Amino acid sequence: MTSNGNARTLFEKVWDAHTVREQTDDTPAVLYIDLHLVHEVTSPQAFSMLRERGLSVRRPDQTIGTMDHSTPTTPRNELGIIPVADALAAKQLDVFTQNCGDFGIPMYALGDAHQGIVHVIGPEKGLTQPGMTIVCGDSHTSTHGAFGALAFGIGTSEVGHVLATQTLLQNKPQTMAVNVEGRLSDGVTAKDIILAIIAKIGIGGGTGYVFEYRGEAIRSLSMEGRMTVCNMSIEGGARAGMVAPDDTTFEYISGRKHAPSGADWDAALAKWRALPTDEGADYDKEITIRADELIPMITYGTNPGMGMPITASVPAPADEPDYNRKIALDKALTYMDLAPGQKLLGMAIDVVFIGSCTNSRISDLRQAAEFVKGRKVADNVRMMVVPGSQQVKQQAESEGLDAVFKAAGAEWREAGCSMCIAMNGDQLLPGQYAVSTSNRNFEGRQGKGGRTFLASPLTAAASAIAGVVTDPREMAASSL
Amino acid sequence: MEKLEHVHGSIVAIPVNDIDTDQIIPARFLKVTDKEGLGKAAFCDWRYLEDGETPNPEFILNNPAYQDAAVLVAGDNFGCGSSREHAPWALLGAGFKAVVSTDFADIFRNNALKNGLLPIVVDADTQQQLFSLADEEPSTTVSVDVEAQTLTLPDGRAVSFPLDGFSKYCLLNGVDQLGYLLALDSEVADFEARNPQRIVTNA
Ligand code: SF4
Repeated sequence: MTSNGNARTLFEKVWDAHTVREQTDDTPAVLYIDLHLVHEVTSPQAFSMLRERGLSVRRPDQTIGTMDHSTPTTPRNELGIIPVADALAAKQLDVFTQNCGDFGIPMYALGDAHQGIVHVIGPEKGLTQPGMTIVCGDSHTSTHGAFGALAFGIGTSEVGHVLATQTLLQNKPQTMAVNVEGRLSDGVTAKDIILAIIAKIGIGGGTGYVFEYRGEAIRSLSMEGRMTVCNMSIEGGARAGMVAPDDTTFEYISGRKHAPSGADWDAALAKWRALPTDEGADYDKEITIRADELIPMITYGTNPGMGMPITASVPAPADEPDYNRKIALDKALTYMDLAPGQKLLGMAIDVVFIGSCTNSRISDLRQAAEFVKGRKVADNVRMMVVPGSQQVKQQAESEGLDAVFKAAGAEWREAGCSMCIAMNGDQLLPGQYAVSTSNRNFEGRQGKGGRTFLASPLTAAASAIAGVVTDPREMAASSL
Repeated sequence: MEKLEHVHGSIVAIPVNDIDTDQIIPARFLKVTDKEGLGKAAFCDWRYLEDGETPNPEFILNNPAYQDAAVLVAGDNFGCGSSREHAPWALLGAGFKAVVSTDFADIFRNNALKNGLLPIVVDADTQQQLFSLADEEPSTTVSVDVEAQTLTLPDGRAVSFPLDGFSKYCLLNGVDQLGYLLALDSEVADFEARNPQRIVTNA
């Protein structure tokens, strides 16, 4: 029971404000959706369904599209166009253009100055705001929860539901407070926080819950850091992760394209300030980790829960008491070609990928550039730097970061999902090891047979220079 | 969606925990704009050898004894990862009508139910029993009664499984959920009238 009967969590406030119809024993709640983000891969069958039934999009003015997953990130040609070599991808992009056009949905096409990964452009354009409900046919929609929005991924049938009705049928999830106390040490980042949380609770630990990240370490993070944390909520099984909005949030939103202005801004601010969880409100579950005890994290296995402090050794299946988990670990180590007890530090790698909706924003690129500046990427390493959006790319170029990466021998690419998902030409070769700033290390995720170590941009950049898995705390940032 | 009242068929087990949707269908098959032909890509990277064509003789779904399996029994936490609805489309395309596990990732469960693929949650002992049965006797069949919410094993034991009332109604009647939402049009309009629009994307 709550000490204050009316006290509500951030999640409950947003949920209540969007309930068109309450949940009953027979029917889920009907939830109103403020913002629907669509992309080329999970929408075509939903648009086909609309056509088959003769339906229109209820609120094209609350829907926005971008191309990101199947788009190449290779350089533009002399006409300034990014050519799409893959015929299937080209067709999917054409179909998307046609669908958005026919149904009146604004859309950023490949090569547009505002195109980018769906979870990068929402916040960047000020579309993502506190207290909203946001959905997308993509599990990393949880990213937008960093602003105190209730944001979660949906399947293609549900994309169709939202297009047609602007609502969704949802059973109310439970809430879990995830407290991150203390402050991060140097060389430890938001990515390390979330990898540590997932390693602690396991990849199914958050199933059925919405996380609310709280505590000093979360409050001290920038918006981009909070997005990195919320992004990977789904890797812990939670469909959504939220952070209560505060001055850091408001400062980030202020002045962006879709941010309210003038009197609207003041009105919005008053509403947003009422969103944080009330004193005395209860969560269904609570966990705590200490940020000051964290060191850089890295994954060794084939799901994001198989992570450890970078200085640790790969665990042994023999030490795992649960039979199914023992088998899973054994299978993972076979795929990764790693031995129990082995250290990852010092292991030679083939690829470093800096990008994805987890870590492709300007602060991620700045952090990586600090290590790379004036140095050379090791001969054995292919380093790819893929900005999350065209706007991030432009910003980075105006700061000279592209020159830093290129001078070091890294590839500087166009914006998109790239090697995070390996359906756009960017992929690992069988057997290659990569240190990646993305969010999934599943078998084949970055290319069939490829092996992924998930880590922060700092760890990835330091490893690119050294050519082996490297603890960023052991490598000084470039003094140049 | 077609009605789903009963499933009666043989089982096949993939006793692996945390089977993610990238394994069920790798991303490179998501460049389609329809739902056709995804069945042959189900578990593609486990099912075929390096060339992507030659069936991997070690993989259970390539064993002729299990070709007609309608019920997949899997390790814990099935369907985690990406929200791709291509995962249930691929499983249905490969002939499955139901998946049994100790738990399912939220988005996968939602997606499966919307397509008439039944996610059946059982306890760990039942899961282990099914693993053993599938391994020892490929012709083992089970029966699922959606109305009664039971999975009946060859020994006659009926195991109940949870299913929310609304999904059950939709499965038994072969209706999809969109019809329900479309009928709420005036309630949604009232909601919109009461609540100012929070964002205008085409401004
Ligand atoms: S960057 Fe990766 S995780 Fe993010 S939306 Fe793209 S494919 Fe999904």
